[in-house]
Parts: sequence; C-alpha cells; structure tokens
Amino acid sequence: MIHFFAGHLGHFFSILTFVSAVICFFSFYKHQASVEENQYWRKLGFWSFLVHSVGVIGVVTTLYYIIANHYFEYHYAYSHSSKDLPFYYMISAFWEGQEGSFLLWMFWHVVIGFFLVGKKTIQRSAFMAVFMAVQAFLSSMILGVVLFNFKLGSSPFLLLRDVLEAPIFQINPDFIPEDGSGLNPLLQNYWMVIHPPTLFLGFALVLVPFAFCISGLWKANYTGWIKEALPWTLVASMVLGVGIIMGAYWAYETLSFGGYWNWDPVENAVYIPWLILVASYHLMIVFQKKKTGMKAAVVLTISSFILILYSTFLTRSGILGNASVHSFTDLGLSGQLLCYLLLFLAISVWVSWKSWSKLPSTEKESSTYSGEFWVFIGATVLGLMAFQVLIPTSIPVFNEIAQSMGFDSNMAPPADQVEFYTKFQLWFAVAIVLLSATGQVLWWKRVDSKNLKSVFYWPVLSTLIVTAVVLMVGRVTDPIYIIIITSSIYAISANGGVAIRLMKLNPKLSGGAITHIAVALMLIGILTSSGYSNIVSMNNTGMLLVKDAPDEINKENVLLWFNEPRQMAGYELTYKGAKVIAEGIDDYVEYDKLVFFNDKTIAVAKEEIVKGDEVVFSKGDTVEVKSENTYYEVEYSNSRGKTFQLYPRAQINPEMGGLLASPDIRRAAFSDLYTHISMVSDPEGEIEWSDPREQKIKKGERFFVNDYVAVLESVGTVEYIPDVKILPGDITIQAVIRVSAKEDHFIKPVYIIRDNLVGRIADQSRNIGLKIVLKKILPEEDSFIIETQTTQKDFIIMKAIEKPLINILWLGTLLMVVGFVIAIRRRFLLLE
Amino acid sequence: MKRGHLLALVIIAVASMVIISTVGDASSYVSFKEAKDIAEDGSSKKIHVVGQLKKNIQGEVVGVVPSSDRLSVSFVMVDQENVEQQVYYNEPMPSDLLISEQVVVVGNYKNDLFVADKILLKCPSKYEEEEIKV
Repeated sequence: MIHFFAGHLGHFFSILTFVSAVICFFSFYKHQASVEENQYWRKLGFWSFLVHSVGVIGVVTTLYYIIANHYFEYHYAYSHSSKDLPFYYMISAFWEGQEGSFLLWMFWHVVIGFFLVGKKTIQRSAFMAVFMAVQAFLSSMILGVVLFNFKLGSSPFLLLRDVLEAPIFQINPDFIPEDGSGLNPLLQNYWMVIHPPTLFLGFALVLVPFAFCISGLWKANYTGWIKEALPWTLVASMVLGVGIIMGAYWAYETLSFGGYWNWDPVENAVYIPWLILVASYHLMIVFQKKKTGMKAAVVLTISSFILILYSTFLTRSGILGNASVHSFTDLGLSGQLLCYLLLFLAISVWVSWKSWSKLPSTEKESSTYSGEFWVFIGATVLGLMAFQVLIPTSIPVFNEIAQSMGFDSNMAPPADQVEFYTKFQLWFAVAIVLLSATGQVLWWKRVDSKNLKSVFYWPVLSTLIVTAVVLMVGRVTDPIYIIIITSSIYAISANGGVAIRLMKLNPKLSGGAITHIAVALMLIGILTSSGYSNIVSMNNTGMLLVKDAPDEINKENVLLWFNEPRQMAGYELTYKGAKVIAEGIDDYVEYDKLVFFNDKTIAVAKEEIVKGDEVVFSKGDTVEVKSENTYYEVEYSNSRGKTFQLYPRAQINPEMGGLLASPDIRRAAFSDLYTHISMVSDPEGEIEWSDPREQKIKKGERFFVNDYVAVLESVGTVEYIPDVKILPGDITIQAVIRVSAKEDHFIKPVYIIRDNLVGRIADQSRNIGLKIVLKKILPEEDSFIIETQTTQKDFIIMKAIEKPLINILWLGTLLMVVGFVIAIRRRFLLLE
Repeated sequence: MKRGHLLALVIIAVASMVIISTVGDASSYVSFKEAKDIAEDGSSKKIHVVGQLKKNIQGEVVGVVPSSDRLSVSFVMVDQENVEQQVYYNEPMPSDLLISEQVVVVGNYKNDLFVADKILLKCPSKYEEEEIKV
C-alpha cells in the first residue's frame, strides 16, 4: 500500500517552509524600513522565523521517516537507500541526493539563525532580511512546483511512479519495489556521515559575514558590521576548512586514486571560497587595527559567498560533465541556480556600488615595517591563489558560454591536473607561510629600521640551524623542496616565538600564531607525503604488448598470484586469497570456505571456521556476510622478518562499473603504506571455467590437474552437503581429493543417488582455480571418473605507495582547529 | 611610484600570467586526426579524444587486448569522425571499460600509437538508477 500521508505531509512542510521564509524576509524588511521602529513587523519576523524552523525540521523529519521506514514507493528512498542499509548510512542516504543536501544546508541556516534572530535593532533586522532572502531561495529549490511551465525546485517527496516511466506502473500503478537501489557504495563510509554536514555547516556559515556586510552597507553602517562579522568569519573558516580536510581524508581512505587531493573540480569548488574567506578575515582585522583596506574587505567578503553559490552551481548543474567524476547529476535546476547566482551577484554589486564612495579609505600608505602591510599582502596572495584555481576550474563554463554565443570552443581541463595546479599553488603556499610569519612578528611589535635586526635575529637564526639539521637528516637535495622546508621552518619558528611570548602575556591572543604554525606544519606534511610519495610496486619487468609502445614506461602495478611470493622494494609480498567479513565475529573468513547463494550476503560454511582456538562456525552454519566488500589479504614481510597483513578491499558491483576498490593503509608514525587493488581475477563476480575434461582416477594414485599434483585420498558417505538437504534413503558418496599447491587444498565433490536418479554436486577452490565433479563410479574397475574444470589461478593486481610523514598533515589540521578555537573565543568575547 | 600602484601592477601581472598559463596548459577535445597533426608538428601536448570502443556488426566490442602480464591494455577506439585508432594504456584494464558507452582518452601520439595517460569512462548506469528491478 502506498503511504500517501507521508508525502502529503512532506509537501505541506515544504510549502510552509517557503512561504514562512518569504513572510519572514518581508517582515524584517518592513521593520528595518520603518521609521518609528515598528515592533509589530519585528515580532512578525521573529514568529515567522520560528514557523520556518518548524517547517524545515518537519521536512527533514518526514524525509528521514520515509527513508528509515523503507517507503520505496517514494523515488528518494528508492534511489538512495535499501533495506540492508544500517541506520547510520541511512543518514548519509538522506543527503546523497541534491534535495537532501539542500535541506541540510537550510537546516544549518535555521540553527545559525537562532543565534542571530533575537537582537532587537534595525540593523539586525536588515541582517535578517538578507539572511532570509537567501533562505527563501534555498527553500524554493525543494518546492517542486510547476509555474507557467517553469519547474520551481525539485521535491524529494515524489512518488517513484511519477518520476520513472516504467512499464510496471501501467500494469499496476500501486506497485512498490521490494527493495531500493541502495546507497552508492563509495559513500558507505563513516566519514560520509560527518563530512557533508560539516561542509554544509561551513557553507551556511559563510552567509553570516556576507549578510553582515550587505546589511551594513545598505543601512549606511559602513564600518560597524566588521566587528560583528569577525567571529563568524572565523567560525566559517574553521568549519569549512575542517570539512575540506575531512573530504580529503575520506578520499584517502576510500577512493583509490592514490592520495587525498586530486584537484578535481568538485574539490576546487570548495577550496576557492575557503581561501577567499580566510583572506577576507585578514583584511577585516587589518581594518580593525588601522582603518585601512575596507574596500578590499568588502569585495572579498562578498566574493566568498558568491563563490559558494558558484560552487553550488558548478557541482549541481551538470556543467562539469566529463570534467569531474563526482558531481551531482542534473536535476533540471541549473537554470534556477544560475538565476540565484546572478541575482545575488547583481544585488551585491549594486549595494557596494552605491556605498563605494562612502567607504572609508586612507591616502596614507602603511609602513613596510607594519604588520598590517604584510597581512594585506598575505590576503592578496590568498586571493591570487584562489584566482589561479578558479580560472582552470571554470573551463567547462567558458566552453558553455562560448558555445551559447555561437563560437566553437573545445578547451579541456589540463591533462595532468595535479602537476598543473601544484606548480602554481606551491609558490603561493611558500609566499603564504613566509608572510604568515613576517606579518605575525610585525603585528605584535613596534618595529622600525633600527630594531628590525634584533626582532628577526632569533627566528632567522633558529630557522637556519633547524633547516640545516632537517636537510641533512632527510637528505633533501631538490632545490624546490629545500625552499618549501626552509620557509615552513621559518614560519614555525617565527610564529612559535610570538606564540610563546603571547602565552606568557595573554594566552587568549595566541590563536593566530598557533593557526599559522599549523598551516606551516600542513605544508610540510603535504610535501613529505606527496613530494616524497614513493610507488613501492613500481617495476619495469613487464613485457610490452605493443611493439611501438614507449619502452620507458614503468609499470606502477604488480601482479600477485595466489600464494606465490614476489619481491618488491624491500618487501616480500604474498597474496593470501580473498576474504569476507562475517557478521557476529568481526573477522575475515576465507572466500573458499563458504558457499554463496544468490544473495551475496548469506553463505553456508563448507568446513569449520575458527578464530584463534575457538570454533566460530561449524560445518553447515549459516554465515552472514557484512557488506558487499571482498578483502584481498596481502602479506608483507620485510628483510628483518617482520610480517604484517593488509586487506585492500573492493566491491564487485556491475551496476557501478565493475570493481570499486578501496585501499588499506598501514599507518605508522613515520610513514603510511597505502595499498589498493587495481584488478582481480573475476571483476564481474562470475568465474569463467574452462571446458570440462574427464579423467579416470584410482584411490591413492597420483594424477595431474591444472598443473598440480593431486591424489584421491578417500571415498565415503557424507551427512551434510551445503545447499542440499539429504533425505532418508539417499545414498551419498563423497570423494576427497587432495591437491598439492604450496599447501594442501581439499576438494570434495559429492555423488548422490535419490530414487534411482543421480545428482552430482561439484566442489571448487577459487584459490587454485579448480572445480571437480564426481562423474561416474566404476566399481568393477575400482576407479572413478572425474570431470575437472579449471580457470586461471586467483590473482590480484595491486599498487602500493609509501606516504612518508603524512601524520604531520593530520597533526597540523588538529593544531589548526586549536588555533581557530582560541581566536574564535577571543573574537566573541570582544563582541560583548 | 607609490607602493600601492606597484602592488596593483604585480597583482595584474600575476593574474595575467595565470590566465595565459591556463590557456597554454589547457588541453583540448580533438579528433584523432587533429591529435596526429599536433604530434607530427613536434608537440607532445596531451589532448582529449572522445569516442567509443570499436564494435563488430553484432555489437560486440572488439580489439581489446590486455597484455600478457595484465598490467596494461591496448584497445581500438573510434572517434566522433569515425576514425579508428589503437590506444595503449599503461594501467590494468579498467573493469568497466567493456561496458562503457563513451570513452575519453587523455594522452598523445607516440609514433602511430596513441598512448593514454588517463581514461574517463561514461557508463550506462553510473550514479543513477536505470530501471526498476521487479
């Protein structure tokens, strides 16, 4: 039965959300415009904000209810969830789709709004009007109403039958699918539960400084808005920064491109506004201190929000097309998104244009010895850094514009994005750490030409000493790396000096210095883990297939046959077979010990399965397999005899394009060893067996199968066969064949006679690629005829990469959060 | 000259450099014929070619040959101008290559062989549901 009520309720809440947002905007607009401070409008604004909050929470709850109760008659639940999804991934299913992620964004606006809606001033009402205007537009994105042939928004409460034109609905309109099509397996990761909310909280927070800025200019409060915007800009920078790093960490753990950052347009789309946001913060504090740089602060504050809208447009309009692997699919909202982007851009330009001449500016130039000057330069570098990423990321947009104007444009993104972006961003980053140190030192000290030397004496001296040691110990020879390391160490020592001094003076002031140290640490971590990343599996022994193929090409992957060790850069590697994780025991179980049925999550144990000394599954027990992952055990042993296992995993998912590999990482203090699968023997999940071959064998006599020596050990009856129920009166004969590879494998085909009919149950070992059927029993000759089928031995192709000192990057991230928290506290205290 | 003007000049210089380098380093979508011309002009610039795998009359993909060590693959691709070209890819064969609807190869010509550094595949149902399983 179709649950109509949930959908109707959801629709009602969506409309309530939109209407209340519009009313709220209008009320606050009226209040800020009223001359005698008409409290009626402010109260109406306040109450409609509360109604709006109820609406948003109502939409969220209803949608989650539909997903959690598996109402697959709804398109959203059907296409993003499935029955076997654990509850925490149902939360991820919520925001996998565009509508859900818009909802998440709106939800955070509501939460933030609660902190800001209470203040009873005209200025705050103007702020709320801007804030609610954005919220009203976002609310319209999930409306799903058609007005004059124009589809306004896309509703998450549509029934499946209204979205998909499947023939089944003509036969039975009330058809409800048994199960949903599930969540994208790559998103079934704990980081995907917390990364999107963090990122969208960051998106939502960027609106706050923007709204303070626009309402400030609008109400001729040209400078007062900065003080209020400051702490919020910091919170936004921290949350967005953490969100970005979380995404990078997810990519590192889950995707198999071999790192944490790929300069993919979707990654760039959040990196750009973040840089601008951080730059705008620095300009705001320059203005607070020296009353200069106001115009630049306005431009950057506005840009950070506009770039958030632009990034939303890029990733959700489908314009990236071939350029990115993980943008959303187009929901037909691109026109609407573009309208919002252009509208808010136009409003911003108009408001700042009108107040431009009234913005304070000084003719007096700040001194080269002042911190403000260097902070200003730093903000400029951050702006250029963002610009350098923005231009190439926008190539698909340029193509689109050119084509719409009738030109033929075939520009494509740079072929090697990582190399292209790195060669610029590297130098910007060096400039940033240098400026972060110099600016910080000068910020807290009155410096002139006389005491310049004494101020920089210690930072420079300690840099020289520490750098010399690091370069020697690390045997760094690359000139570019030397520059990066030297400037990062300078940033750490100069900021460190400031931090220590401030700690004694007033620890609350040390946030900036600590954050700057963190940034320098992150740069070092990026350098060591990427610059010195070493492909361990590199080899050039492969034979070239094509005669013209360039012979300088090295193979970055290595092929491992089951149980055949291979030497590789100081390690001996052995592939120990495919495994799955069994529910209940949380341990790896060999694939070969299980018989799977159609449902890949349920299997029967072929033999006893032990964990330690304990028997966890007896023969014939049903084993529930956790998720669809297959784990490929790779044993590493180094020359000192130290051995460890890695379990890179992959999902065989034909609908998602075959093999979805995720790495396994051996984490150590000084270096990560990252291993991922590139190919397995049966990427389609089906084994291709050779044509059967008959063989006559005798008990105890040796014979050859698939190049192995085998022997028929014993023949006897059997009480249990997986997947077949033995009835009384059945005669069962099981042959036990021992196959000697590196170790012994036992293959046990069964011959069964029931009511004079013969059944043959094959047995197989995937590891050695052998399947045997007991075909005939010849009692007069005391021999048996078996039918063997072979396939290639089980193998994997994998890639292994060392990432030295990557922990410095993660450590830097944590320290950055600490620095931000200290600074945020101080800025909020200053507000009171 | 004032320092502010100097700064403005530097900003403009860096920004123009960024734009020029983007135009210079940007790749382009071309056909195999154009790609070949580029290579014969002595340029080793990496370009994008869009096309499909070669199929026989029955609609089966033909010409895909993984190397004997399986660490690389060679295949025949037909671009949008119906030009056939052998492509060499120095990575294990992507598992979804054979079912792909569209292939974008990024690379350049080395003699008569197109060597792809990167392959982007567009597969029928990637990230979107197709039809209802009854």
